[in-house]
Amino acid sequence: MTLAARQQLLHGVVLLCGIAAPFLFPNYTLQVSILWIMILFALTWDLLGGQMGYNSLGNILFFGSGMYACAVVQIGLYYNVGDYTSAFGAVKVDFTSEQYFTGLVLGLIAAAVLSALLAVVFGWIVFGLRGPYFAIGTLGVAIAAGELVSAWGWVGGGGGISMPTYQGDPDSRANIYYFLCLASAVATFLFLKWLYSTSFGLAINAIRDDEEKAESMGIHTKRYKTVAWSISAFFLGISGALFGNMIGFIEPLEVAFPTVTFGIFMVLMALLGGKGTLWGPVLGATLFHVIKEVTWTHLLGWQWVALGLLIIVNVVYFQQGILGWAQDKWPEFFGIKVDPGSASDEPARRAAE
Amino acid sequence: MTAMIQVDGVSKSFGGVQANRGVSMSVTEGKITGLIGPNGSGKTTLFNSIVGYHPIDGGSIKFEGREISKLRVPQIARLGLLRTFQQTRIYGEMNCVENMLISIPHRNASWRDMFAKHPAELTEKAEHLLEFVGLYAKRRLISGDLSFGQQKLLEFAMALMNEPKVLLLDEPTAGINPTLINGLIDRLKRANEDFGITLFVIEHNMRVIMNLAESIYCLAHGEMLAEGTPDEIQKDQRVIDAYLGAH
Repeated sequence: MTLAARQQLLHGVVLLCGIAAPFLFPNYTLQVSILWIMILFALTWDLLGGQMGYNSLGNILFFGSGMYACAVVQIGLYYNVGDYTSAFGAVKVDFTSEQYFTGLVLGLIAAAVLSALLAVVFGWIVFGLRGPYFAIGTLGVAIAAGELVSAWGWVGGGGGISMPTYQGDPDSRANIYYFLCLASAVATFLFLKWLYSTSFGLAINAIRDDEEKAESMGIHTKRYKTVAWSISAFFLGISGALFGNMIGFIEPLEVAFPTVTFGIFMVLMALLGGKGTLWGPVLGATLFHVIKEVTWTHLLGWQWVALGLLIIVNVVYFQQGILGWAQDKWPEFFGIKVDPGSASDEPARRAAE
Repeated sequence: MTAMIQVDGVSKSFGGVQANRGVSMSVTEGKITGLIGPNGSGKTTLFNSIVGYHPIDGGSIKFEGREISKLRVPQIARLGLLRTFQQTRIYGEMNCVENMLISIPHRNASWRDMFAKHPAELTEKAEHLLEFVGLYAKRRLISGDLSFGQQKLLEFAMALMNEPKVLLLDEPTAGINPTLINGLIDRLKRANEDFGITLFVIEHNMRVIMNLAESIYCLAHGEMLAEGTPDEIQKDQRVIDAYLGAH
């Protein structure tokens, strides 16, 4: 079996499992939906952290901005947002099915576009920073965003917003959001797979390995960095919009801008699986989510200790992550090998193959 | 005989250290020009000033008649004025072919080119240049795992891939073993003759620079001490004094 065929098979199996999961384990639909969002988190974090060498601690900003953008559009289409939020859910509001889905679709688009634009604006400010300064700078931006939204009365301030309710039965609602989460994670994966095969992938790798060299070779580094972050923000915005609707109630600090939980998890998941690879974040997110849920169920009270231990082992003894370790151990499998011959026999050899 | 690079009265100081003082020189199109001088004489500072790595304190730098002293590094690189580094800089976690593919000229790169696939001709060109510097067999290896000398050769191949008009080489033979040096001199000459790239070379190895360059400048204490053909420079008493420390 060729490498391409093996890859196709792997994609098929993962997709099939994804589609079958809510029917096989209906009690876990919400958990698996969150798993897809975690995979999206790890993939979008790795675009900067792994592939471009910019360790952002503030990517959660775009999750929150997407969540709020979507909510404002969903509500604002049919009601006055200020009235709706100031009533804290006390005012009786009904969304017909048609209103609900129109709002959701437009909200998702707004979430993605607004988050991508925010990345361009913030990128313009923070991409002057490098290394640890970039990490701290982005963390600051995300924390500030959470605090600003907390103080913004029009979107409900610290009290949050009750999201529009879906009129149909709860099971079909869970399935709708499950498949939207699955679709957004798969779309992110396929988009990044394509992106890394173009010269964009090489350019951001070059920036990671030596940005000064990349500049001295004439690469438009700032252009690549800004576009990379807005791609990341685009998909994160969608995930935030979906998560907010799935949970049903959003508020700034714990749900929309959770820097110390989701914001850090996305970094850990990418590191665990192997940063700078396509499958590493997927693997890392899956493993992390399973470990997290199992410890929450069976080691209650000690779950943060267990998670902390995992982080320490990962960062101290296993920095390259699972796939990075595999690549060191079996380099030939990943195509890293001495290949004698000369460039002039290459066409002949290709023809022979 | 037109001047590709024209440097006029360039000064640059770092804190209290005057690294360059009123330096003037020119690099002629199609030729190999050398730059020598004792350690700390300001050679690398002059290189950095030319490629826009830092702003200069005074003077003017023209490339093909155009003032470039206010431009930034990537802009100057896109004009076709490229440099290699003394410490050798490559993209260490990528393999050799990838290092080459991303080194294509970005002169007219549009937004759409960011998402272009690599055409087969480009890979072929990359492989031929890797063969030219003797790294073809190692093209799939991670470049950071290569030896220092091989990394230098890779950096040189990457520079050729960029199709520069002028290439500034900062000590191309430092750290390369003597048998490889002859091969490198030969390749530098071929890059100049076959690819038509004007070269401007900093070099400490006198045997190399006297073999390679058609005209040589000598810096000492940040000032231009002498210029001339290799023969003239070798006989110049001021140059000999500067190197032997008779001051």
